[in-house]
Amino acid sequence: MEVGQMQRQWIDYTRSLFIEGFLDAQFLQLEQLQDDNNPDFVVEVVSLFFQDSHKLLNDLTVALDQKSVDFKMVDAHVHQLKGSSSSIGAQRVKNCCIAFRNLCEEQNIDGCLKCLHQVKQECCLVKNKLETLFRLEQQIMAAGGSIPLMELSF
Amino acid sequence: MNLSNVKGSTMSTPSSSGSHLRSTGDAVSDQFPAGLRVLVVDDDPTCLMILEKMLKACLYEVTKCKCAEAALELLRGNKNGFDIVISDVHMPDMDGFKLLEHIGLEMDLPVIMMSADDGKHVVMKGVTHGACDYLIKPVRIEALKNIWQHVVRKRKTGWRDPEQSGSIDEGDRQQKVSDDADYSSSANEGKSSKKRRDEEEDADERDDSSTLKKPRVVWSVELHQQFMAAVNQLGIDKAVPKKILELMNVPGLTRENVASHLQKYRLYLRRLSGVSQQQNNLNNSFMNPQDPTFGSTSINGIDLQALSVAGQLPAQSLAKLQAAGLGRSTAKPVMSMPLVEQRNLFSFESPKLRFGEGQMQHLNTNKPINLLHGIPTNMEPKQLANLHQSAQSLGNLNMRINASVAQRSPLLMQMGQSQPRGQMIGENGSHVNQLPTSLLQPTVPNRISNGVIRNGIASSSNINAAYNQVPQSSSFLNFPMNQTNEMSVRSFPLGSHPGISNITTKGMLQEEVTSGIKGSSGFVPNYDIFNELQPQKSQDWDLTTAGLTYDATQHSNHVQGNTDVSVSPSVLVHPGFTSIQQTGQNRDTTSSMGKDMFSIGEGMDQGNLQNISQPQNPLLVDNSVRVKAERVPDASSQTNFFPEQYGQEDLMSALLKQEGIGLAENEFDFDGYSLDNIPV
Repeated sequence: MEVGQMQRQWIDYTRSLFIEGFLDAQFLQLEQLQDDNNPDFVVEVVSLFFQDSHKLLNDLTVALDQKSVDFKMVDAHVHQLKGSSSSIGAQRVKNCCIAFRNLCEEQNIDGCLKCLHQVKQECCLVKNKLETLFRLEQQIMAAGGSIPLMELSF
Repeated sequence: MNLSNVKGSTMSTPSSSGSHLRSTGDAVSDQFPAGLRVLVVDDDPTCLMILEKMLKACLYEVTKCKCAEAALELLRGNKNGFDIVISDVHMPDMDGFKLLEHIGLEMDLPVIMMSADDGKHVVMKGVTHGACDYLIKPVRIEALKNIWQHVVRKRKTGWRDPEQSGSIDEGDRQQKVSDDADYSSSANEGKSSKKRRDEEEDADERDDSSTLKKPRVVWSVELHQQFMAAVNQLGIDKAVPKKILELMNVPGLTRENVASHLQKYRLYLRRLSGVSQQQNNLNNSFMNPQDPTFGSTSINGIDLQALSVAGQLPAQSLAKLQAAGLGRSTAKPVMSMPLVEQRNLFSFESPKLRFGEGQMQHLNTNKPINLLHGIPTNMEPKQLANLHQSAQSLGNLNMRINASVAQRSPLLMQMGQSQPRGQMIGENGSHVNQLPTSLLQPTVPNRISNGVIRNGIASSSNINAAYNQVPQSSSFLNFPMNQTNEMSVRSFPLGSHPGISNITTKGMLQEEVTSGIKGSSGFVPNYDIFNELQPQKSQDWDLTTAGLTYDATQHSNHVQGNTDVSVSPSVLVHPGFTSIQQTGQNRDTTSSMGKDMFSIGEGMDQGNLQNISQPQNPLLVDNSVRVKAERVPDASSQTNFFPEQYGQEDLMSALLKQEGIGLAENEFDFDGYSLDNIPV
């Protein structure tokens, strides 16, 4: 595939991610932070997020598995996940976290479990999407092209 | 086009870190705010990394910290090493507010809180604890671009220390300061003022950290000892500033300096006697051995006291004293407090008490300092203990606060006024006992209930009454802590606190805003909001138009006269996204915004339709909306709404007036960013 084509593909793909709500404007902020000095900044941050979220989700699973659930701790974890997901622009994950927190407040274990499952799913989804996106970027760069500036002016 | 271009073009390339000449925290260098030394504390590695990158993009010098303890260590080890601190609220090892208190007490640096939590209570907590701003995650780079304003503001207020309310010296000092504003030298510039001359503290970098000169008198241990000696010689009843001044015979010290210090001291005493009712011995011991307690450096507590009096004493010296006297290791990570607290405590007692007794009556008295540094609730007993020690040594300033209270909040201790100090000793109970004054002994080890202190404080702080009882307590605590600008800076509940006001105004209905700020204007000048919004608009993404739209909508919301107040907090907080929805809803109502609004609204509609579940997307999707056109109206509307955006002082005055409190501007330093006294 030639560079121009790949770039268009990249644009379309990115746009779709935004339209579908996987990403939000914060992601653009991250992209803006990337520069020649840190050409892999976005990838690094996103990777860091997934590492961290993986751990958080594990902790959440364990916490909700207890006989007597410590909702404060669960809430703290979810809060953290919400913070980090919103920082990278993972909108759907963040929204899930918001719902999750409400359920925590209500101390609704079943609801929490369901939400946890949903959060995990969303994390997986966005992770895959981003991986696809990054792969595309790599291909473009490898072909000598450059990543288009995300304008989002649909 | 290249992604890389984006950043490059938006940011200038100067070497921000390192080459910058702010080695000593000079804030007035040419490159300012580039090179601003920021310390970021967050347990979330993702956020930390992003923040670091953003701050670097703003050309600041960034230091990351994963945990609060480490951050405190860093700060203590490098007193003048940072200009501003940004901290997360929820952290595993220490609550962000506690850290805030510590920092406020020990280092008096501006602290910005941040969290994904945008609930009103949390934000209010930030305000009351003395945070100079509160950012909601996800933090946008625009929000960080302006954090330097807090540094400048703090420095400025530090100068206009209410220590000498209305004194000519102060005026001169200020002038000098402003004249020298261009110094790029370290904060020690401030020392040039005659007041500084008598500062013996060499380590009182707090005052000077900011390059701006702080011509305040720093009541060091020695100075305070001299003061105490003079007072005791004259007899507390007969101690008048003039005579004290003569007896002290310190060159460069003015009668006004002594007067304000005396006021603070008297307040302190009053507090102690109030508290001492519960602990008679405390009072007695306190009263009598004032001299020894204050003067003697040998005694652990005393030293601390002196230190605290000086307020200026760097934590290190305080620590030393503490360590020596108390035998405690000051190095306790958590306990930075002891040192600091003690310091604060004393400072509380010391000149930092800007408010003289009379002043206390005013709002300012308690508040000026970080109001809520010491919110007792947050303090751990240990911390309190530390404080207590120092506090106690001070001589039991009004041990109004029961010992228990003291324990709770080191800050309280510092308040000096409330003298929780004695109480704080809880932990240091042992120390306290050592104190010759022994005031504290019995009392100290007790846990003073925070409530007590608070009550004590509340009662004592008249000012707070104006604003809120809540802030009062906080202010008390902060009081001693912020030696430099103490009172004024933090405690004012100026609604104008940009960061917070943003949140409040935006998220909250008008009434909330007003209630919080008590601003007659209703709109707190949200500098940040505007700054954030506007820049965001233009730069944020290429969706500049979108950004503008949001602003417009938001503004229009406000403009509409609160008709659109219905905007939910979340909307406001995330101007970019939610606002769109709102705008759509408010389209009809936003008449002022005029066409912009409509267009936006329409855009919104489409967007909304597209993503019902994801309101944000519409923004992105519909961004085709014209930006420029809207921009203009936005600007105008914005200006309309927030005419006083930058008129913090005005707002403060307005607020105060409403409160019926005399505007003791010199006392308080309405900074705007210290919204401690936000009347609730």
